[in-house]
Amino acid sequence: MSTATLTGTTLLTAAQNKLGYESFSIGKFTFERDEYFAHIIYPGNRHIMPIEAFLRALMRDVAWGFFYGTVNFDNVFGTINHYGTVEMYIGLNNFAYRNSHREYVETFQSKDLKKFFESILANWTNEGFDPFAAPEETGEAYGPKRGDNLQAIQRERLAAKRFLGLPGDLKLRGDAEGQPVNRQFTDVSQEKPELHPEPGFESEVHAVNLFAYLSRSDVTWNPSVVSVVHDSLLCPTTEEHILPIIHGNDRVEWFVQLSDEIIWDVEDKMTGAPVCKVTMKAGDVSAMPADIRHRGYSPRRSMLLVWENNDGTLPQRYASGEFKPYPVEF
Amino acid sequence: MEVKTEFGSLKQWEKGGVSAINANPKHYVFSNVFEVASKSKPYDKVAVGQNLKYALEAVRAEGTSPWFAANNDEAAIVMDGDIEVHLIKPFQPVVPAGKEGAIRLDAEPKGKNMGWMKVKRGHMALLPKGAAYQFRNHGEPGVMLLQTIKGDLTVEKWAEICQTF
Repeated sequence: MSTATLTGTTLLTAAQNKLGYESFSIGKFTFERDEYFAHIIYPGNRHIMPIEAFLRALMRDVAWGFFYGTVNFDNVFGTINHYGTVEMYIGLNNFAYRNSHREYVETFQSKDLKKFFESILANWTNEGFDPFAAPEETGEAYGPKRGDNLQAIQRERLAAKRFLGLPGDLKLRGDAEGQPVNRQFTDVSQEKPELHPEPGFESEVHAVNLFAYLSRSDVTWNPSVVSVVHDSLLCPTTEEHILPIIHGNDRVEWFVQLSDEIIWDVEDKMTGAPVCKVTMKAGDVSAMPADIRHRGYSPRRSMLLVWENNDGTLPQRYASGEFKPYPVEF
Repeated sequence: MEVKTEFGSLKQWEKGGVSAINANPKHYVFSNVFEVASKSKPYDKVAVGQNLKYALEAVRAEGTSPWFAANNDEAAIVMDGDIEVHLIKPFQPVVPAGKEGAIRLDAEPKGKNMGWMKVKRGHMALLPKGAAYQFRNHGEPGVMLLQTIKGDLTVEKWAEICQTF
């Protein structure tokens, strides 16, 4: 089967291989999968990734709307968000590729590339494999095509407009909503705050059990907004195993380790050269500067508070040198 | 297998750190909220994170705090201890227009009692804009992490609290 849709100047095609998977093309990129690997074919060469790692990274890129800055699927392939358009690249942030002029980049409208990636995810994610889940909590991504898992890959993005649990805002999780406590957080207290509002102040005298909310998350490495102060966003998340992407910052972000431990490999954003390791234990706070990329390792399920500044002017202001890449001078 | 989620506390925390390969650890502004609170005066708002005008503050909750107010929402995540939050809606605005961050009030403001809440480790409380609030801690000291805007009360002592080498 072959279909073609013209989107702007971009030709989208899909064709099915003998394993049952469709191949997808956008611009001069073609994506193919076999039982074990994703093949990314671009003018003059191809890049190959283990299919599970590729799908896990693709899931985050789609769910986060290309996130803040760079989403490196590995040290060769990835996307850079320009908030309206997206660069998809080979080797752009890899010293060897750049040094030998082997990098390859195309720019797409964000909505077109998102739709394209969603099509790949829908077709390549087999029944029983959830790219958002920890490895111990999901099936395998390998083998010929068998069914799909649209429910897992089409989860609604969770973002509070003001504060978790307020009327009309992001809802709390619970057993009644089909959101049980995760196997690794069964010891986390589910006790609710005591609220004693006077009449008329029920929506302002407000508190929630954030740790209980996090204990019921069924996904990993997927920050969701729970509190908003202008552009300041608290985005906690539960982590287990490896962050499926290497996140390259276009602004400073901050981490607060709420429970357990994560070890971060930090690299130079452009070359991938190792810069440092950051070990975070419960209560630790660390900035992630605007000129680095990072990947986390969480030996057991942990709670991480990601703190973001959503000011849309920041990427340009950091890139231009108006702001230093680190947040505090002392 | 026994499940044990590791949370820190004022009495017991472990601190990680930055292991530099080719970096200045100061750029990571690495600290620990329990360690900071263990050395803080009650209800000092010590910055542990700053993202331009926004701040994360570590607060030691011990005894009864002054009354505070802000023109912006704030959020308080309780990291340790049991804390009451009492709220009043002042009859007249108590924070000057355009003022960012929290201010300390000289006394309990005249206003309408909004109510109170009791929060403990893991709970996150809304400190709504325009309301005055007071923290009360009756037992062992607690620790809060505040999401706010940097203001006059924000204490910056980065060199004391952060890893420097």
